[in-house]
Amino acid sequence: MSDRLRRCGCVLVPLLGVAACGHVPMGYLHTFGPAADPVTSLGWGFIAVCTLVILIIASLLLAATLRARAPQGALANVPIAQPGGGLRWIYIGTGVSTVALLGLVVWTMFTLAAIAQPPGPPAFTIEIRAHQWWWEARYIDDEPERTFVTANELHIPLGKPVQLRLIGDDVIHSFWIPALAGKTDVIPGQTNIAWIEGNTLGTYRGQCTEYCGAQHAHMTESVTVDSAADFKLWWSHQISAASSPAADSMRQGESVFLAHCAACHTVRGTGAGGIVGPDLTHIMSRHTLGAGTLPNDSEHLSAWITNAQAVKPGCRMPTLDLPRPDLDAVTAYVQTLH
Amino acid sequence: MSATEENRTTRIVREGEVTIDRHLEAIWKTRPGLRGVLSSVDHKRIGIRYIVTAFVFLIAGGVEALIMRLQLAHSDLKILSPEAYNQLFTMHGFTMIFLYAGPVLSGFSNYLWPLLLGSRDMAFPRLNALSYWIFLLAGIFLYASFPLGVSPDAGWFNYPPLSGKDYNPGPNIDFYLLGLIFLGISTTVGAANFLVSLLRTRAPGMSINRLPILVWGTLTASVGNLLAVPAVTLACVLLFADRQFGTHFFDVEAHGQPLLWQHLFWMFGHPWVYAIVLPALGIVSDALPTFCRRPLVGYTPVALATVSTMIVGFGVWLHHMFATGMPVLSLAFFSAASLVITIPSAVSTFAWIATIWTGKPVLTTPFLFLSSFIILFVIGGVSGVMTGAVPLDFQLTDTYFVVAHLHYVLIGINVFPVMGGIYYWFPKMTGRMMSERLGRWNFWTMFLGFNIGFFPMHIVGLMGMPRRIYTYAPGLGWDTINLITTLGSFAFAVGILLFLINLTVSLRRGIPAGANPWDGPTLEWSVPSPVPAYNFAVIPVVASRHPLWEERLESPERSSLSRGYLLNHGRETLATTVLDAEPDLILEMPGDSYGPLALALGLGVLFVGLILHSGPWAVIGILATALAILFWLWPQRRLGQIAEPHHV
Repeated sequence: MSDRLRRCGCVLVPLLGVAACGHVPMGYLHTFGPAADPVTSLGWGFIAVCTLVILIIASLLLAATLRARAPQGALANVPIAQPGGGLRWIYIGTGVSTVALLGLVVWTMFTLAAIAQPPGPPAFTIEIRAHQWWWEARYIDDEPERTFVTANELHIPLGKPVQLRLIGDDVIHSFWIPALAGKTDVIPGQTNIAWIEGNTLGTYRGQCTEYCGAQHAHMTESVTVDSAADFKLWWSHQISAASSPAADSMRQGESVFLAHCAACHTVRGTGAGGIVGPDLTHIMSRHTLGAGTLPNDSEHLSAWITNAQAVKPGCRMPTLDLPRPDLDAVTAYVQTLH
Repeated sequence: MSATEENRTTRIVREGEVTIDRHLEAIWKTRPGLRGVLSSVDHKRIGIRYIVTAFVFLIAGGVEALIMRLQLAHSDLKILSPEAYNQLFTMHGFTMIFLYAGPVLSGFSNYLWPLLLGSRDMAFPRLNALSYWIFLLAGIFLYASFPLGVSPDAGWFNYPPLSGKDYNPGPNIDFYLLGLIFLGISTTVGAANFLVSLLRTRAPGMSINRLPILVWGTLTASVGNLLAVPAVTLACVLLFADRQFGTHFFDVEAHGQPLLWQHLFWMFGHPWVYAIVLPALGIVSDALPTFCRRPLVGYTPVALATVSTMIVGFGVWLHHMFATGMPVLSLAFFSAASLVITIPSAVSTFAWIATIWTGKPVLTTPFLFLSSFIILFVIGGVSGVMTGAVPLDFQLTDTYFVVAHLHYVLIGINVFPVMGGIYYWFPKMTGRMMSERLGRWNFWTMFLGFNIGFFPMHIVGLMGMPRRIYTYAPGLGWDTINLITTLGSFAFAVGILLFLINLTVSLRRGIPAGANPWDGPTLEWSVPSPVPAYNFAVIPVVASRHPLWEERLESPERSSLSRGYLLNHGRETLATTVLDAEPDLILEMPGDSYGPLALALGLGVLFVGLILHSGPWAVIGILATALAILFWLWPQRRLGQIAEPHHV
């Protein structure tokens, strides 16, 4: 059904087809999980019906305007048509619209029911805390020592529903991975529950969608759908602590880190235990810095540590006036945190 | 307004029978010069002022939008700082929704109501002036934040905690809150005035089933406003108290509820959306038939659709909050209610199409604006249906799809009918026609610019672009569409510029219009253009919905336009009964007065005192307000507010 509709939609609205078939990272007309797929079919259905409605009305309007138009000139020269007649338009038009609408309402309700709950019990729960302007994610395991914290870039296993507990912290944000599920707001003072599941391997981008202040534009997140084996490896790696650096130069970097960064950031296995900013124990396993603001490579990492305010004005990361050697040392150290 | 106690039988005269024009002119004329400007209570002047002021705000909001569009024309542009962008988009939304879309329709209704209803003024002329002055001052108050660099920056719906003291310590949000409370006074007194005017100041025979649809629209909007504005005023007062007096209504730490704001705001916000479109739909329903050379198809269904839209509109506010984590049952109910609103909209749409189909349309500029509105209405309507479907809205909400939807609603359903309305009634207001040639250029530039600019927003929304972001990364597929949108929005702005040129040129050199240049059917076209200060020399007696077309419509009813009640013992108009509009009383109307301006200024000082946290200024404001009320309400003998001693 969805395939047929998709083809139909592509024919009707070529531009929309581009939006769907071109695989834009944030598009949701082509989705990859059971929390989103029924909505996608519904979306194509609505797009088809709505496009049809617009085309019909536009044709009627054009025909109505052109079929009996009076010549230009003084209006008083055109005789007044008698009232009456035309009511049939309202009866038929409203009747057809109502029937179409009722059909859409029923479809909408079935879709709502289909995505309200995951098909089976969730494999595990991720607690997500939204901060200005990044995401904190705590993977919950029955064994407390297997619970860990990461940021911005989530991983989930293929084909397993995962529950999200969305906990508000400062202002209202909204969690959204278009290819996997619709939005759920993250509101201080309440915990919202959502779920996601991926049925195709890959990394799916998302972005905060409730306006949350100066850097609302730079608050992205992603979910990577891993195979069961990869996911297991990833989890095991994430719960490990950082290994102490061997080289002297790295140890200097570590001490700079402890002096300047540890008040806000945690690196498990060291003295750094700050909770204001993201946990950096495995920062190098992530692809971006500043919640999707910059790619995570040595050049950008150095720029970010020197002057985060230049790339993400208003963010909570202060400008550290580090001397060059310290900066290089700490950058090198952070790059060991795989 | 007050009724005389004496029993007086009014004279019934035929226009021209006695020289009444000059006499009435002397009674009703606003004084010349600055004194007249500051004290006039003439509904026509106030209406035009409303429209002009609202257009000034439209231009301000438009310039803000163009600056934002430059920033968004390509990924990672750095024309604006995030803070500047956030202030701009907040001010753009506030300006367009509160300072343009609502007031411009108040302007039309203020100008037109007494003319449509066959009366000499609104029920409360001084209240009318007050409503305008407060609107103006609230707008200036809000815009004073701009040069200070502290404009509101939490979006036009201003959600706490982002708008709370912790995250927004500056005066930015206080400008928003106080500005909205201030403006709410204007909306409220305006709505009350419309209601009473409708109930009491119609011409004899202007029964409830003969009201023009614009009157139905504004009536519905006014009832809606009276019920809805208190919710947002309350929300603003509570948040102001949180910010300034340390209360905890929205403070999570103290078990306050941020969502309380959203409920209060949208309980107001959604009916308000209908308040700023229903009168515009009324403009279409009234003006379109003139150009189709036939009465509107389905008057009764369209009037009922207007009212039922607003009634259902009070039960759908939750659809702005679908993603906040509601129980599924609430979602289902509010989703269904939102979709039901489509039905009255379908009634109106097919009524308009049938009117064109069964008529003989004359393709003038106003017709182009009014008929093209229908397709914009449908596009904005069906995208609204999509966002009303909960599961789909989980994806669509807070993306550019919603931005596209709301602009099709606000520009398509408000700006286009307003443009058509101005082309239609400009001759009535000024006595001159607007240029048809420039008008066509104006229309096509606006229509194409609008669709090129705003239709692609649907697509970039479907491609996942969130609203309210000051920049975006490359590689997301959004660049080209954003560039097209920016180009289209500038083309649209050129269209507005052409309109302003047409306005300026036509004001001086337009062809003289005469009383009824479009051969329109309703009462306003029975009086000279521009309309004399007293509107109607004699109060007409109405017998049908189309008093000026009766003979040609082969209907037996005959309205009496030139023979009617002469009320010339001072400023007087006729009060009629509520449903059937039978003559009831003679109303003594107040003359020009400085009271409204003084009261508005007093309130203005109070609000300035509040934003400055200045006790003395606030107290001065309160005293000035009290004095102005005293001055205003001081009993006047002429209005029958002082009991005459009975001569025994």
